[in-house]
This record gives sequence, structure tokens and C-alpha cells, in this order.
Amino acid sequence: MKSIMSIFAGLITLLASSVATFAAQPTPWGIWHQEAGSDMMAQIIWFDAYTFWFITPITIFVTILLAWVMIRYNKKANPVPTKTTHNTTIEVVWTVVPIIVLIAIAIPSFQLLEDQLAPEEEPTLTVKAIGQTWYWDYEYQDESEISFSANMLTDEDRGEYGKEDKAQYPRLLVVDNELVVPVGEMIRVLVTADPNGVIHNWAMPAFGVKMDAIPGRLNETWFKANKEGLYYGQCSELCGINHAFMPIGVRVVSREQFEAWQQNVAEGDLDTANQQLMAAIEAEKNIKLAQSQNEQ
Amino acid sequence: MATAYADEHKPPFFQRWFYSTNHKDIGTLYLAFAIFAGVFGGFLSVMMRWELAEPGIQIFQGFAQMVYGLDGDAAIDGGKQMYNAFTTAHALIMIFFMVMPALIGGFANWMVPIMIGAPDMAFPRMNNISFWLLPPALILLLISMFVPGPAGGYGFGGGWTIYPPLSGIDANPGPAMDLAILALHIAGASSILGAINFITTIFNMRAPGMTLFKMPLFAWSVLITAFLLLLSLPVLAGAITMLLTDRNFGTTFFVPEGGGDPILFQHLFWFFGHPEVYILILPGFGIISHIVATFSRKPVFGYMGMALAMVAIGAVGFIVWAHHMYTVGLSLDTQRYFVFATMVIAVPTGVKIFSWIATMWGGSVEFRTPMLWAIGFIFLFTIGGVTGVQLANAGLDRAFHDTYYVVAHFHYVLSMGAVFAIFAAWYYWFPKMTGYMYNSFLAKTHFWMTFVGVNILFFPQHFLGLQGMPRRYVDYPDAFAGWNYVSSIGSYLSALAVLVFLYTIYEAFAKKRIAGDNPWGEGATTLEWQLSSPPPFHQWETLPKIK
Repeated sequence: MKSIMSIFAGLITLLASSVATFAAQPTPWGIWHQEAGSDMMAQIIWFDAYTFWFITPITIFVTILLAWVMIRYNKKANPVPTKTTHNTTIEVVWTVVPIIVLIAIAIPSFQLLEDQLAPEEEPTLTVKAIGQTWYWDYEYQDESEISFSANMLTDEDRGEYGKEDKAQYPRLLVVDNELVVPVGEMIRVLVTADPNGVIHNWAMPAFGVKMDAIPGRLNETWFKANKEGLYYGQCSELCGINHAFMPIGVRVVSREQFEAWQQNVAEGDLDTANQQLMAAIEAEKNIKLAQSQNEQ
Repeated sequence: MATAYADEHKPPFFQRWFYSTNHKDIGTLYLAFAIFAGVFGGFLSVMMRWELAEPGIQIFQGFAQMVYGLDGDAAIDGGKQMYNAFTTAHALIMIFFMVMPALIGGFANWMVPIMIGAPDMAFPRMNNISFWLLPPALILLLISMFVPGPAGGYGFGGGWTIYPPLSGIDANPGPAMDLAILALHIAGASSILGAINFITTIFNMRAPGMTLFKMPLFAWSVLITAFLLLLSLPVLAGAITMLLTDRNFGTTFFVPEGGGDPILFQHLFWFFGHPEVYILILPGFGIISHIVATFSRKPVFGYMGMALAMVAIGAVGFIVWAHHMYTVGLSLDTQRYFVFATMVIAVPTGVKIFSWIATMWGGSVEFRTPMLWAIGFIFLFTIGGVTGVQLANAGLDRAFHDTYYVVAHFHYVLSMGAVFAIFAAWYYWFPKMTGYMYNSFLAKTHFWMTFVGVNILFFPQHFLGLQGMPRRYVDYPDAFAGWNYVSSIGSYLSALAVLVFLYTIYEAFAKKRIAGDNPWGEGATTLEWQLSSPPPFHQWETLPKIK
């Protein structure tokens, strides 16, 4: 009972979090996907729900059949067994019906796959994510040529970066430097790993992105975030002792904020630019808050 | 009974158990070995669940201090490495040293010759070496956990998939990986010899009148499994040999800087690895068919469909391997093909599930202990099966790959599929193998504790996977704490069930209740039930006639 209450509490928190500053991360007692941060993830969640409407009835159907044979055909209810061992009709039915179900699943599945691997839109920004043992390097493939490393922050170090708020910057997910990208734009991510290192995986649950970072190979994926905010993912290919400690942080901001940030990085240093960006986001949030209060 | 077979020349103890060429004695050795390995593999998993019961690193830091004598930060890093080594050893032990020895070396060795009316296996001395290769393999794997692996750590912690470059010389310079490779080589050789033995026995030593399509389904399942072993294990052997030479002799099969390709290893590994998971479950399919038929007092429904479904599953199992690799950067067309091929497997699997239910339909179902396990198998395997259909879709697997959703899926089909089949077989054939009847109340308690335990253990892992929790993590963001705690509780309950299991065995041998030749009644129609319990040291001195 207590856990059921907690599930509801979790769902309510999930709803509440979308009102406050958006941060894509797991929620306590969550039983479904994280909230989608891109149309692609929304499509994946839709497809998961779609398959769910097949597999749940199938499981319930099998359970009912099992319950029925246990009640109707147990030794007491049916002392004399039949000798039936064949029924061609039913055997054809239980071969053909699953095939139809699979076709019904396959059609949107192939569409989803094609949408993931062959997007029509051209990217406006390309970034390269390089898996290191055990952190991520990012390189912007534009004239800014920004590059930096993203390490996980321990609880001792988070103060230095102004990231004490554990709701926005959770333990094991918080990084010193997030990847900063503009909202609503096609971002291409080139994923690879240190040529002398091991395989990692650049995963972002809220975007529906998961791509292996393989030494000697250059993989390509993309995302298009539809909401500003902080997004978290974690390395998803076993890479050694600190596999659980090389999170992926993406900060999605407006085009203006993004350009200002790039400008600030070019003029000063990354830390200052990040601080300025965080301050700008905070200021914007306060203005919006004040506006909504005035309206009331 | 004892007097009737007094002249059967059982060798003295040492010769009987160490030089054994008797399929039943070797089967017993395999079963004892599997129980030992299973308890150890289970211990590893309970330690992992203990660690994961709450966020942070609590347990393994201390283990690293105790076992490796590390201190401070070195103990934390040593603990992280030890956790990874535990996940790796848990998988390898459960697959190669528990499920395979129990189903193939144990039950198949014991029952297939009897069921097809043969006096023994075709190559009794090869049967002996098949078994005796396993203990050294396991010992090598155990030693591997205590020797240096990565810099500053012990054991190999790269998962049972042993992907390079993590399993390569740079990331794991210590001898732990080499010992693991040798362990796999020896275990693989053992299985290949066993497979040859089963294929020869089943093709050549069936009693007169026992045509292939009159053969019991368990023998069918073992025949198909043997073919899968014979065709897939050499590919693993090739892959790990290349890995071994990459590590030790400067070759670069999987090293990019030498023109090699780490993804090549993944293709080779999964060309073995996918048939391997069917190797684990197919004998279970055979066992469940026998038990469902016996306790419904009805012959198996759709025998031909059941046999052909297993052939289909085995054949298609060889052409779906890259569905384990949807995130490595395969092209669109490649992913399309593997989605399609993988989904095909759902059809023969569905045929089997429905045929088992149809066998019970119209039957006179008796809920003896083996039947409880069999019904539990059908229910839980269905759950694991339908999540498998989801995972087959590359587009959706993008969200699920390497998360706990996958962990939940494969434990539903293996930990609740293959292991439930093993326990079903254990309680079904225990009276036949030992001559003693166990206490049904204890055995049913074992079932219910396991059934409840594994569901509490693995069902919440679906939720963790949906929320995006990656697998093989020693520590996780605090939001995942709730379901991880529930999962750990399930693990403790399942561990208690194992103690009940061990006590049930002890109790049966202590009480010595005589089981009789056929404790299951008229539904038990296969040949083993025509023999005494335990069967004579050499059976079928006059070959049985099959109508």
C-alpha cells in the first residue's frame, strides 16, 4: 500500500517538475519513461505504449487460459482426461494470429527506425562527443571551435560551480561543464572514443538517443530538444570501474543565450561563460515568475 | 530391488565416481556440480543486490578491504572493480557452470539414453572427459577473480560479453582476463564433446521402432541444443583465441590502431551468444512438455508442431545475433533485417506456449510439485517473451538497450524460464534418480518462496529500465533508490528459498521414503518410468520395443 502511494507521489512530482525549471532525470518510484524532451522520444514513448497494448492483453489472455485450465480441468473437476492431441484449425489460428500481431507492431516500428536513422532535416550545429576513461570530451564543429571536458562533480566540488541544488543537479548526474545547445534545432552528435581507450555510450533518455562511442569509429546521431532545461544521461556501455560515474549533461537554451555563451567563451573562459549563462537563465526565470504573479 | 541388481558390478567408490563411464553416474556428478556452482553464482548476485539496496557504495568497499587488503581510496576503486567482477562471474557461472551442466550434462545425460531405449551414451569415456573438464574450468574462473585485472584492481570486470578493448591488454593488463579466456575455452571444449556425444547417441542408439518422430520431446530438445552447441561454440573459441593473441602475442584483430575492429568481436561473440541463450532454454522446453503431459494425464498436444517449433527456434536463433548490437552504429537496412528476423522467433515460441496450455486443456490436471514449477514457467516465460518482442524493435531498443529493462527481460526468460525448468525437472526426476520421495510440503514451499521472490526481484527492474537506469552500475542516482530496494528484498527472499531447496534434498535422503518405479501415475509414459527407481546400473539389457 505504501509503495502504491509512493507511485502516485512520484507521478505528482513528475507533473510538478514540468511546471518548474525543466530537468530531464529519473523520478523516485517512476514506472514509465522519463518525460520526453524531443519529438523523437515522444515517438518512442508512443510506440512503447502501442506495443504495450498488444503485450498486456496477450499476457492477460495467457494468464486467463492458465487459470481456466487449472480451474476447469483439474483432477477434481475433470477426473477423466480427453485424448485430444491435434486440432489443425486451432494450430493454424495460433500461428497466424501472432503473425498478424507482429505485422501490426512492425509497421510503426519500421517507421520509427527510419525516422531515427534517416532524418530529413539538416543539422544547424554539429558537436563531437568523445568517450574518455572516465569522462566526456566535447568539441563544437563550428567556427567557435569550443572544446572542453565534462567530469562528474562530487558533493565536495559542486559548490565551486554553483550547483548545490540537488533537485537540478542530482548526485551522480551533475557535471562541471554541460554540453550547451540551442533549443528547437537539429543537433548532430558525432560519437567516438579515445583511440587507445574502451567503448562507452553517449545516452540521453529524454531525447531517445543512445550511441556507442567506439575507438577507431565515428558514429553519428542527432537530437532536437523541444524544451529549454537541463537533461541528464549516463554512460551506457560498461567501460571499467568508473562506468557509473561519467554522466552526460546537456543544457538546452534559447538561440540568443547560446550565441551569448559562445561569445563569452571566445572572449573569456569557459567557467565564466557558464556562470554567466546560469545567471542569465536564473534572471529569465525570475522575470517570468514576476510576470505571472503580476497577472494574478 | 537391491538384490535383483546385486550382480551388476558397481565399481568401488573411487573408480565409480572418478573414472566413471556410466551416463547416470556422470549425470549425477554434473547435477552436484551445477548445484554447487548455482549456490556460488547465487551468492554473488545476492551480494550485488545487497550493494544496490541503497544508493552509494556500502558493501564492496569493505569486501575489497577484506579480500584484497586495500585501504582508503584504493578500497573504493577496488570495490567498484570487484562489483564488476561479481557481475561478470555471476553471469559466466550461471550460464556455463550452472544451467548448461544441469540441463545438458545432468538431466539430458541421465534421461536421454533411457528415454530412447539406449544402454548408455555412444562415447562413455568421452562423456567422462566432458564432465571432468568442467571443474578445472570453474577453478580457473575462480582464480581469475583473485589475480590482478585492471591497474590497481583484481579480477575481470568487463561482463560476460568480454568486449574488447575493455578485455584487451591496455585496459586489463593483469592475468585475470587470460584465465577467464582459458576457463571459457575448457568449458567450451567440454560442451562440444558433450554435443557430439548426444548427436551420435540420438542418431544411432534409438531402440528398434523409436523413429525420430516417436522420440520424446526432451530428446528432441537435447538433439537441437547439441547442434546449436556444435555450431556456435567453435565461433566463440575462435573469437576468444583472437582475443588471447591480441592480448599476448601482438596481433590486432580487434585493435583499431592495427587495422582491427572491436565490433568484429561483437559480431563473433553474438553469433555464439544468441544461440547460447537458446541452448539454455531449449532443454527446458522439452522438460516442460513432459511434465505438463504427465500431470494432465494427456499426451502432448501438437507433438509435431512442438518438435518443429524447436527446430525453427534453433535455426532462426543463428540469424538474429545483431539485435544485441542495435546501438553500435549498424546501418538502417541492417537494423531493419535484424528487427524482422528477431520478431519471427515469436511465432514458434507462441506455438509452444499455446500447445502447453492445449495439453492441459481437457486434461485431468494434478498440482504436484513439478507441475507447479511448470505452470510457473509458462506464466513467467510469457512475460519474458513479450518484453522480448518489444526489445526486438530497434527503434524502441534505443531506449532500453543496456538498461535494467534488458536485465528484467533476460532474467524472466532465464532465471525464471531456464531455472524454473531445472527445478521442475529436479522434482520430476528426483524420485527416479534417487529412489526416494522428497517432502512435497517443503518442495512446494520452495516453489512459492521462489515464485514470489523472483517476481519481487525482477518485476521492478522493468520500471528502473523504463526510467533509464543503466545496467552494470555499482551506484545509481538517488531517484532509482525505491525500486532498487524492493528488488533487493526479492533477492533475499529468493536466497532463503535456496536454503529450503537444500534442506529438502537433505530431508529426502535422511528420511529415505521409497518413491516406487512410477510415483506420477499413468500420465508418465516415457521409458524411464518403466525402470526401477533408481534405475539399474546398466539399463535396457534387453532393448525395449516401441510400438
